[in-house]
Amino acid sequence: MRGVARLLDRLAFTPSRNAKLVLMRDYFRETPDPERGWTLAALTGALSFDVAKPAFIRKAVESRMDPYLFALSYDHVGDLAETVALVWPGRGEAKLPEPELSEVVDTLRDALRHDVQRLLETWLDALDADGRWALLKLLTGGLRVGVSARLAKQALASLRDVDVSEIEELWHAQHPPYEDMFAWLEGRSAKPSRAAPGRFRPVMLAQALDETNELAKLEPRDYAAEWKWDGIRVQAVSEGGVRRLFSRTGDDISHSFPDVVATLNFEGVIDGELLVIRDGAITSFSDLQQRLNRKTPDAKTIANYPAGIRAYDLLFEGENDLRTLSFRERRGRLEAFVVLVASPRLDLSPLVAFDSWEALAALRADPPQGDPRLAEGLMLKRWDSIYEAGRPKGPWFKWKRDPHLIDAVLMYAQRGHGKRSSFYSDYTFGVWREDANGTRVLTPVGKAYFGFTDEELRALDKFVRDNTVERFGPVRAVRADKDFGLVLEVAFEGLQRSTRHKSGVAMRFPRINRIRWDKPARDADELPTLERMLEAK
Amino acid sequence: MPGDFVIDPVRPVPHAVITHGHGDHARPGHGAVLATRETLAIMAARYGEDFARTSQAARYGETVSYNDVAVTLVPAGHVLGSAQIVLRWKGLTVVVSGDYKRRRDPTCPPFEPVPCDVFVSEATFGLPVFRHPDDTGEITKLLKSVTQFSERAHLVGVYALGKAQRVICLLREAGYDRPIFVHGALAKLNTLYEAHGIDLGPLAPATGTSINKFAGEIILAPPDAIAERWSRRFADPLPVFASGWMRVRARARQRHVELPLVISDHADWDELTETFRELHPEEVWLTHGEDDALLRWCEINGLRARALSLVGYGDEEGEVSSPGESQRAE
Repeated sequence: MRGVARLLDRLAFTPSRNAKLVLMRDYFRETPDPERGWTLAALTGALSFDVAKPAFIRKAVESRMDPYLFALSYDHVGDLAETVALVWPGRGEAKLPEPELSEVVDTLRDALRHDVQRLLETWLDALDADGRWALLKLLTGGLRVGVSARLAKQALASLRDVDVSEIEELWHAQHPPYEDMFAWLEGRSAKPSRAAPGRFRPVMLAQALDETNELAKLEPRDYAAEWKWDGIRVQAVSEGGVRRLFSRTGDDISHSFPDVVATLNFEGVIDGELLVIRDGAITSFSDLQQRLNRKTPDAKTIANYPAGIRAYDLLFEGENDLRTLSFRERRGRLEAFVVLVASPRLDLSPLVAFDSWEALAALRADPPQGDPRLAEGLMLKRWDSIYEAGRPKGPWFKWKRDPHLIDAVLMYAQRGHGKRSSFYSDYTFGVWREDANGTRVLTPVGKAYFGFTDEELRALDKFVRDNTVERFGPVRAVRADKDFGLVLEVAFEGLQRSTRHKSGVAMRFPRINRIRWDKPARDADELPTLERMLEAK
Repeated sequence: MPGDFVIDPVRPVPHAVITHGHGDHARPGHGAVLATRETLAIMAARYGEDFARTSQAARYGETVSYNDVAVTLVPAGHVLGSAQIVLRWKGLTVVVSGDYKRRRDPTCPPFEPVPCDVFVSEATFGLPVFRHPDDTGEITKLLKSVTQFSERAHLVGVYALGKAQRVICLLREAGYDRPIFVHGALAKLNTLYEAHGIDLGPLAPATGTSINKFAGEIILAPPDAIAERWSRRFADPLPVFASGWMRVRARARQRHVELPLVISDHADWDELTETFRELHPEEVWLTHGEDDALLRWCEINGLRARALSLVGYGDEEGEVSSPGESQRAE
């Protein structure tokens, strides 16, 4: 297990995406089958054990060491698996050979429940501290190393320099330890079969529209327009009795939306937006968030936040692959398909009629009553576009609504990671409100860590260092009062009510739009301005 | 004991005996100082030649008498010049270990166990979670990272006295023969170690801006400098920290360390308890650090122990440093 333990350890401390890719790629290159395959399964969430509950691990360690010494240790470290990994007292016998991950997987598959404790102890005895940490994290399902399934697949793709969509497309037809896939990636065999019902098809994404330079060059009659709904993009697959719901990166999210999956009573593949739909009308993203937060929702949550799919596209109709047809053709089929399915959890994303870009711009700026008011903006799709995986330039554009802007005052700054570790680059900002005595005070409303240039970052960092009034570990409080402070123009996509934030509001995608060196802190925005934005919805 | 001297005093005293050169143990301004030749040299390098009114060098094993108390300095294995202070008076032997470790260190002679009635021990890593791995494995991690991320500058946080030179020696032993770049704050002590016969191989100052900004190089710096503006001269720096505290993940994360190396000049839990077991003194006195767990261990293992809870020994591996520290390092 030494290799996988070192990898997981390194990944957990590495913030940069590119560095994580290098670590995984090198590991996959250096490690033989089947070990690397089981590691890949662990990283992509395809490997799960349910054998070692925290209480069980605690019992194992307390049978070997003084409970008071263990308690002091746990207190200091704060994480059970990590504490046990560090304190585990060996029996002082001759060292057993370290188990490999494959051995752990194979043994646990056939193990009887009451044998698990003994097995676990034997393995802990044979491993070093890093190995014990990895094993315990894997067995308790608490592995958090900041790697998404997609990132792991990307590392895999880099072994052969293929596009990640090729991996995604065949992923659901493969099983750990993925020996066929590695053989193909290393050029030792042909590409494995992707023929598996219910598999994911890589999605087509849109480019952001450059309004000033691009729009005038486009011909309105070449494009269809539709609203860009504010949910999450999903792919609903129902083939030969296999029904699955995928995120746009190919993660299987069926378990979170059993209510939606149950209603996929068709044969085909639909591309759409997952939304909470109540009485035929969609609700805000924060409602959907209630569902996304839960891996397996309870009946009450399902009833309170009924989810459904608003369909954008039809990729497969029965066994027919429609992806090489034009959008116009697919759209016609989709409209008929949705009518035929007649599910209360599936409706059609309507097209928006327009005859000029000016007319469309007016609709975007002031959407009609009803659902479009909750849309993030518009999508433009060429009538003749085929369904092409990835983000091709030209056929599809997203034309988001202009962000909301507020002027806020910088209150706290925190040091960044990696390249930014010597810079104060995460900024907490606030707006004015009146406290109980009628005094104007700043209340934090959000945090942003991008939107500025490197040069602006240096200037912000200097401001933070020069105006620090207090330090809390890696965080500095900066001077911010009515007579002095730095105003940041913050752009954000949406605003939600929040009970977790003191101010009662939470922003989506906040970023620093401009630094207002010129603006006095006293003239920054007030909380009621934000509250009115909530009401406007 | 009627010796009329103080070991590692935190305030100026007429007669001081100093275990080793770390700032919390060796302070300037005493009247007469007794220490090893190396420790005196370290104090002179840090505080100037006039760090004390008079100084007396003792060789390891040499005995000096204060009134009726015989004082002998014995290797502690902590850093260059570090000594345990063995006190003998009327048949009673007390060993003040200062800071120590039991594993091999290419920069100083190993700890010598001295049978005693009272063993006065540090307790910096006195919790069962602190069990330092083999240091060659940690160095291997660093060297592997340098080959994996050859476009990044590996910035290794090390304490100026002891850790810096030990890490350099371990790198040399692992076959790394490229120049190692060092922050200005480490230069003086590196030179001092070399003058005492510790070969550090090719070193170069980490100053100026070369074309590739130290990509793929190893740079040693005081821990605080890594998060400071000083580090901006480097290409996409990869922060590394060599310390016993890196054993606990939350500490490494707090400091934004990307590659924690568990390398310590202090005894870990196993070394502390093994030493107590080996010496089996009448009493163990714990000076500074984590003493709760060690007191419990002594209780379970039938040793009398007490915590002196001495203040003023922050220990150079302490994760908190005064704000001024980093400014000076720049």
